[in-house]
Amino acid sequence: MRHKIDRYDIKNFFAGLSTHTVLILVSLTCIFPLLWMVSSSLKTQQTVFKNMNLWPGVFNWSNFATAWTQGGFGIYFLNSVFYTITVVIGLILVASLAAYAFSRMRFPGKNLFYYTFLAAMMIPIPGAFVALYVLLVKLGLVNTRLGYILPQINIGLSLAIYILKTFFDEIPKDIEDSAKVDGCSKLGVWWHIALPIAKPAIAVIAIFNTLAVWNEYILAMIILQDKTKMPLQRGLMIFQGAHFTEYPLLMSGITITVIPVIIVYLFMQKHIIQGITAGAVKG
Amino acid sequence: MNGLLANFKDKGKAYLFILPAVAMLGLFYIYPFFKIFQLSLFEWDGISKTMSFVGFAQFHDIIFNNKIWWQSMWHATYITLLALILQNGLALMLALFVDRGIKYGNVYRVIFFLPPVLSGIVVGLVWNWIFNGNYGLLNYWLTKIGLGHLATTWLSNPKTALTCVAVIHMWKGFGWGFIILLAGLQNIPRTLYEAARIDGASGWDVFKRITVPLMIPVFVLVMVLTVLGTMQIYDIIVSTTGGGPGYHTEVPVSRILARMLGNSQFGYACAMGIVFGVVLILLSIIQMNISKHMKQT
Repeated sequence: MRHKIDRYDIKNFFAGLSTHTVLILVSLTCIFPLLWMVSSSLKTQQTVFKNMNLWPGVFNWSNFATAWTQGGFGIYFLNSVFYTITVVIGLILVASLAAYAFSRMRFPGKNLFYYTFLAAMMIPIPGAFVALYVLLVKLGLVNTRLGYILPQINIGLSLAIYILKTFFDEIPKDIEDSAKVDGCSKLGVWWHIALPIAKPAIAVIAIFNTLAVWNEYILAMIILQDKTKMPLQRGLMIFQGAHFTEYPLLMSGITITVIPVIIVYLFMQKHIIQGITAGAVKG
Repeated sequence: MNGLLANFKDKGKAYLFILPAVAMLGLFYIYPFFKIFQLSLFEWDGISKTMSFVGFAQFHDIIFNNKIWWQSMWHATYITLLALILQNGLALMLALFVDRGIKYGNVYRVIFFLPPVLSGIVVGLVWNWIFNGNYGLLNYWLTKIGLGHLATTWLSNPKTALTCVAVIHMWKGFGWGFIILLAGLQNIPRTLYEAARIDGASGWDVFKRITVPLMIPVFVLVMVLTVLGTMQIYDIIVSTTGGGPGYHTEVPVSRILARMLGNSQFGYACAMGIVFGVVLILLSIIQMNISKHMKQT
């Protein structure tokens, strides 16, 4: 009997060991390219092609200063920060106003409007950027910051309205009524009651759209031609096109692009994973 | 009378609440949606005041004469097939491992989802450097372990470029599938497994009879997302091969952009977009039907 249990334990031990070996190997493949990127960003133009060690030896931090100033990544970085903040705030305001009306008010055509938003979420239109560009030309918004911000607010809009409406539907009516008795207008209830209660939903929307805006490329390529207005992803491609052999500087630029994403991700990973999980289980 | 007026004012307010969102949707979704159908019937360079009506001629050209377009469609399909099998296979295997409640499961979860939060541009540029034909890390390692004869210019060799792009895409994407599949697995009540074990079912039986049937909706979700996401691949292409060598890694989105920005054929680009959109919708419908069929059996 004893003998049997031991054999079972040994079998389990090896099963566990091989499982972890696979998981660790896959983890290494996930992390290694990022380490190689940071390592290359710290080598010099001379050593980067010869020193194939992950450890750069001499840390050439000046690459980052050069990339930030001469490479233009300082400007691209500030642009990306600006676009991300404006799109996310704009999106949350526009979406929460609409979601509040869809959840709490009665008006003719409500369902028609709401389902149009949902349909927009479901139907992919590849090539819509061609017509979008034509529209922006007409509006005089090509090569402007506003022309890059507004379409991106629209991209996140339907899903944000859906998430917020579902959330607002759960708020008990009593809370609202007492606020109204205290003399709050509808706008006041939205601002003072609905928005603060919806914080968890707003957090999920903010995180996903922050990542989406930070990582956006196609619209930036079509809409923006001035280097002074370009975000990081576009800046990276411009830099790569002009200095394609200057790998240490390019890798510095990529590192500058990636660090904020990784920081946001590590701090917010619980929300991110919960957001996907909730969507997956419902869907 | 007063009540009626108040009611009217209330409804007016509701419209003010949805106005910004409706304006956005109208301008940036509904208008472009109808505009591409209109433009697809015209030859237009994007600037001229006049466009010439050509009916369905551009559709005809795309569907019957444009070999490069269908090649690009095949390239996207090839990457999608690899992603469906290898990327999702890997994701499922890893999810099954972590679902057993092993130690450090959460750490693995955080690490596997790292590539998906990066942009296609970043991922493409970093792997471009690793695959570099002259100074890349991959060739260096191959030479080191005595396989130097395999070294090649991975991303500019017609034989390897497309598969390398697919590998990069799968590296970036498997974490998505992993997270969704793991969530699905953890939704399965543990008591079902215990009951099956007591009845003497083997691990494979449990997987086949309990896990797979309960996971079908999640499988379908992951499949649809993989197909829609991979068919529309672009950022990784533009930051690695740029569609080359020749047209060997061109994909539909890069063809649409090339017609629009390179050739100034706005109408033609819109027609391509519609053909591509129809293909995507058909693929989704086919997958939905397969899943219905699977549920019945």
